[in-house]
Amino acid sequence: MNAKELCEGSRANYANFITWVALDRSNLSAGRQLSVNYFIVAVILFFAQLLFGMIAATQFIFPNFLYDWLDFSVNRMVHINAMIVWMLYGFIGCVYWLLEEESGTDIVGLKLGKLAFWVLTGAVTIVVLVYLLIQTGAGKDSSLWLINEGREYIEAPRWADIGIVIVMLIFFYNVVATFSKGKWSGIAGVLTLDLVALAGLYVAGMFYMTNITHEQFWWWWVIHLWVEATWEVLVGVIMAWSLMKLLGVRRQIVTTWLYIEVALMFGSGILGLGHHYFWIGTPEYWLTIGGFFSALEPIPLVAMVVHAMYDAGSHSFKNSNHPAVAWIIAQAFGNFFGAGVWGFMHTLPQINMFTHGTQWSASHGHLAFFGAYATINIAFFYLAIQHWRGDVWMNSDTANAWRWKWALGLLNAGVVGMTVALLIAGYEQSFIERAVEGSTWGGYFSAQNHPSFQSAMVWRWFFGLMTFSGLILLIWDLLTIGKGETRKAQEIVEH
Amino acid sequence: MNETPLWASESFWKKTAIWVTAGSFLILVVLTFDSLSQTQAGGKRVPAYSVINKKIDYVYQKDLHKSMPVIGETELLFGKEYTEAEAEQLVMLGKKTTQAKNCMNCHTLLGNGAYYAPDLTKAYLDKGWVNKEMREDMMIKFLMDPEKNARTFGSNRKMPNLDITEQEAKGVVAFLKWMSSIDTNGFPYNFKTINAED
Repeated sequence: MNAKELCEGSRANYANFITWVALDRSNLSAGRQLSVNYFIVAVILFFAQLLFGMIAATQFIFPNFLYDWLDFSVNRMVHINAMIVWMLYGFIGCVYWLLEEESGTDIVGLKLGKLAFWVLTGAVTIVVLVYLLIQTGAGKDSSLWLINEGREYIEAPRWADIGIVIVMLIFFYNVVATFSKGKWSGIAGVLTLDLVALAGLYVAGMFYMTNITHEQFWWWWVIHLWVEATWEVLVGVIMAWSLMKLLGVRRQIVTTWLYIEVALMFGSGILGLGHHYFWIGTPEYWLTIGGFFSALEPIPLVAMVVHAMYDAGSHSFKNSNHPAVAWIIAQAFGNFFGAGVWGFMHTLPQINMFTHGTQWSASHGHLAFFGAYATINIAFFYLAIQHWRGDVWMNSDTANAWRWKWALGLLNAGVVGMTVALLIAGYEQSFIERAVEGSTWGGYFSAQNHPSFQSAMVWRWFFGLMTFSGLILLIWDLLTIGKGETRKAQEIVEH
Repeated sequence: MNETPLWASESFWKKTAIWVTAGSFLILVVLTFDSLSQTQAGGKRVPAYSVINKKIDYVYQKDLHKSMPVIGETELLFGKEYTEAEAEQLVMLGKKTTQAKNCMNCHTLLGNGAYYAPDLTKAYLDKGWVNKEMREDMMIKFLMDPEKNARTFGSNRKMPNLDITEQEAKGVVAFLKWMSSIDTNGFPYNFKTINAED
């Protein structure tokens, strides 16, 4: 087959796919068409996250798998980067989705927004290709500028950092200018201030430093103040808005809750940053400050569970989009258990001394990122597809509703299973490597070679596969749900 | 009575959110300035880069209930005495190499990173390097050709060959030696160094 045939073949396949999906973009406003572009890339990257996670999980069991071709470091980097980036894409998509309705006007810089989308997507593609094909460079600045920065979660090379900042500025401009042209609200105000912090913090991670204590100090400013502060508030905003739309909760109630959440979230999360400053060379007072404030971090997450459950219950769970509401409930609990309970379990320095840098963190990371951020994005994917289909009926009584229910079940059970397997591995590692053998290389490997660690890795692999199959079912469901549905969405009255 | 009580009012929580956020952030900024000044290279917690000329150990202090780095007499690295500027250059090369080779996505440094390979915080002091006479040579050979000089400790996990040059390997060893001298508040606990008597 020559290149021309291949090209024509894939074009025909793509055309068939589009006909099969039968989605009509004219059901969406121009702003929401931009929003769904972000959602589409988010789902593709979600798939990549799980694929590379599976490869890395396989290497824990069979270390020779793809050795020297795609080493663990590469797979793990793509695994966590794809995650961070798909969640950011999802958040941007959510914000563009609610922006027009919330402000009561069209997005001001739509053309610029579209350009930014393509620039960002092009940059992400190049970064991933370089990760996979070039992988590492020599120990000099040019490697950090062009290949990868080698700093967990924010590995993107410096050129891409600058691109990301420019794209974020365009996004920020669109949000502020659109609210200014239309109308402001409590939700709009919190969103705008949160985006200033979110974008500003990224800059703290854009400098090279030889002093590793200083480097990790600023690195945590980005990572912690993103995922344990500004992202949580962003989710609070998205949650507040979606509870109004899906359940008809009164605006005054969600806005008041949002302010309570911001006060609790920032009140505990900003100084909770200190729990990353126990062991990196920073002064001892962080043991007290970090321990105390991070122990308070679950409180706003309890508030969010109460908020979501109370509102859903007081509206007798009557809502216009059942899969979306199911995922919002999953978010409330996933966030509380994953970020709250699992974080609290090892946040006090007396315990963290032994759990720091073990599979405990991986256990917490899996449940927290999924519970807090994957879930809310998936809820919005369902909201978007409902409108894309023409605001159709999306209750649990339809013929194919088993798909979203099974996808929900498989994804949640898979992640919980991985979390428990990794927790067992973490306990074992904390005891044997950290407490008994004093964290030497020999101690590290005694723990890794231990049967309870190795069987935990096998269990993790199977639950990973369960998660992966849940995602494939989810994608199938998102592509087909509401197809051929003629009934309009259930009407929700605000009360 | 239809009036909303203060604790349930929107404006009360709005003000609270603003004050709490601003207050917390202000405290964080003040503590950041303090922490950064206390952790300058050359200070008490983070030694100057020329510490690579000295003997470094990590010893359990009974009164403190934790181990602390102990900087001793001269103990040259690669048989050379480095000036502060030369030492910084070498450590910088090592640090950039660890970033460009993406070490952190298998190893942890100061406990942060991935969990597929051992922690590097006190790796320079690890007993796995047999004795101090063999250590430097073993480390360089391992870094330059980890496949042939694999240290798998009975696991099948091997570090891949990352095309690390001899100069880069020396930089990495210097960086690891310097990092092992940082006061990490007693992390890792119960670590027995290559200097410790059995």
